[in-house]
Amino acid sequence: MSPSNNTAASKSVPDRTAGAPLDQAATDHVVEVRDLVKTFGKLRALDGVTFSAERGTVLGLLGPNGAGKSTLVRILTTLLRPDSGVARVAGLDVVADGQRLRSLIGLTGQSAAVDELLTGRENLELVGLWYHLPKREYRRRAQETLDLLALADAADRLVKTYSGGMRRRLDIGASLIANPPILFLDEPTTGLDPRSRNELWRLVRERVGAGAAVLLTTQYMEEAEQLADRIVVIDKGTVIADGTADQLKARTGGATLEARVTKPSDLERAVAVLGDLSPTPPRSDAEQRQVSIPAGEGTDLLLDTGRRFQEAGIPLDDLGIRRPTLDEVFLSLTGRSHGDAEPSSAEVAP
Amino acid sequence: MTPALAFRDFVGVAKRNLLRSVRTPGLLLYALQPIMLLLLFRYILAGAIKVPGGTYVDFVVPAIFLVSVLVGAMTSAIGMAEDLESGLIDRFRSLPMARSAVLTGRSLTDAIRSVVVLAIMVVLGVAVGFRFDSDTGRIALGMVLILAFGYAFCWMNAAIGIAVKDPESATNAGTGPTFLLLFASNAIVPISTLPGWLQGFARNQPLSVTVSAVRALFEGGNAAHDVWLSLAWSAGIAIAFFVISYSLYKRAAAT
Repeated sequence: MSPSNNTAASKSVPDRTAGAPLDQAATDHVVEVRDLVKTFGKLRALDGVTFSAERGTVLGLLGPNGAGKSTLVRILTTLLRPDSGVARVAGLDVVADGQRLRSLIGLTGQSAAVDELLTGRENLELVGLWYHLPKREYRRRAQETLDLLALADAADRLVKTYSGGMRRRLDIGASLIANPPILFLDEPTTGLDPRSRNELWRLVRERVGAGAAVLLTTQYMEEAEQLADRIVVIDKGTVIADGTADQLKARTGGATLEARVTKPSDLERAVAVLGDLSPTPPRSDAEQRQVSIPAGEGTDLLLDTGRRFQEAGIPLDDLGIRRPTLDEVFLSLTGRSHGDAEPSSAEVAP
Repeated sequence: MTPALAFRDFVGVAKRNLLRSVRTPGLLLYALQPIMLLLLFRYILAGAIKVPGGTYVDFVVPAIFLVSVLVGAMTSAIGMAEDLESGLIDRFRSLPMARSAVLTGRSLTDAIRSVVVLAIMVVLGVAVGFRFDSDTGRIALGMVLILAFGYAFCWMNAAIGIAVKDPESATNAGTGPTFLLLFASNAIVPISTLPGWLQGFARNQPLSVTVSAVRALFEGGNAAHDVWLSLAWSAGIAIAFFVISYSLYKRAAAT
């Protein structure tokens, strides 16, 4: 370790409190990436990526498997060196200032990085120690984190007895233990049941409320929508869109309202009913007995539609608003389908 | 990073590895192999191998002591590979902890385990008829040489573990060098019984030098030259493989 790191590393230790603001007043961009390139042999995993993230916000990195999301996270957390370009976290260069930067970040990677032969508490306390928290502090924080993640009852059991969801929560707990101002979560909800997932979302919002910045990668539009203030869509190592969830969905044509009639013979009347509510002609699908229109107005439109169907005496099997799926976002952004997502039934139907 | 913080990180890693060691049956398993070797050479092969000036049990048991710490050192390779494979190393590397701590902490654990295994082997060695013919100081020095040699091999195995990155391959890769040094040496049979082309290597390689030193220390005879040579080998191997392990570790996931 070079002597120049001494002061910085020790200085950042004692004043660590919940959501401590970064000393780097110089920038509001807690994450700044410019023209980042990383190749593995012939594969260009990152091919000139540029974006930034602000403090107190969640940035969602959305993309299919192999898009380069994890490579990006690994570079930003100093696990990988970029080939070229600039990556700064909290104003610190990921290559030159790695040591100082690491005390300001928390990482939960894709594979659970918890030690099976230690208890949950031992896992957390050791990570706290390695963040250079004082002993009293890391013991207290470990207990708090266990309580927070509903792991208190299992705290002193070996992790190998934990369920998948418990391991994942512990893994996330490890990245929270020192309250780092910048959190990197790489597909954090993969393999979590809905309850744990909602719990995690709540945690993330809480950390952001306390002033932290979160960068999370996900394959799920819903997750990005729930959590992210801004979404950066990446594909094949490049940024193909950058904006809020609404902006992205607007580019895909937004949500659609779908009505499924009970009797096939009602289909034409349903088209007429919906035609009044939409500037564009409704799409009808005889096989699915389904009619759809763009749903700009959301809830009001849904209520209005329901009332009109009732007045017209048309029985319905289903009525609802469907948000665009990641697949549709992809389709509209890239002109091709994204490999893993299942096309929705409405689209496979002829 | 102040030295005090780096030391604290190192203690944390050592504590983790010790907790892991006592919670796996691995420790006993690794004592089992040297015990089998001890019984094999003491009771099965002892009648067939003649050594000049002394009994075979006094000849072979000091070598088995050394083998026991070498076999223990092989767990370094497996441990490093397991950590790399599990993604734990990624967490370690993303934390502000001293990067050397993961390696030095592991080697301390390995050293402690060597002491335990060696103690077991000494008790068993005496039980099967081995006798020290020396004073306490020389015996202690002999133990230090054995542990130093084992410690040096922990670093070699750590480098192997980081290089191969999966526990299965690590087990196999660590076996090769250990067996080569064990069988092409004076550990089990006198050098004079080996084929001529092998004798030059067998006489001068580090394990033989250490066995000679330890035998002389435990059973009497002039040890000074071999003691210094053995310590030089151990220091050289430890330093070389520390440097190699450290640079491999830094690059382990960085490419």
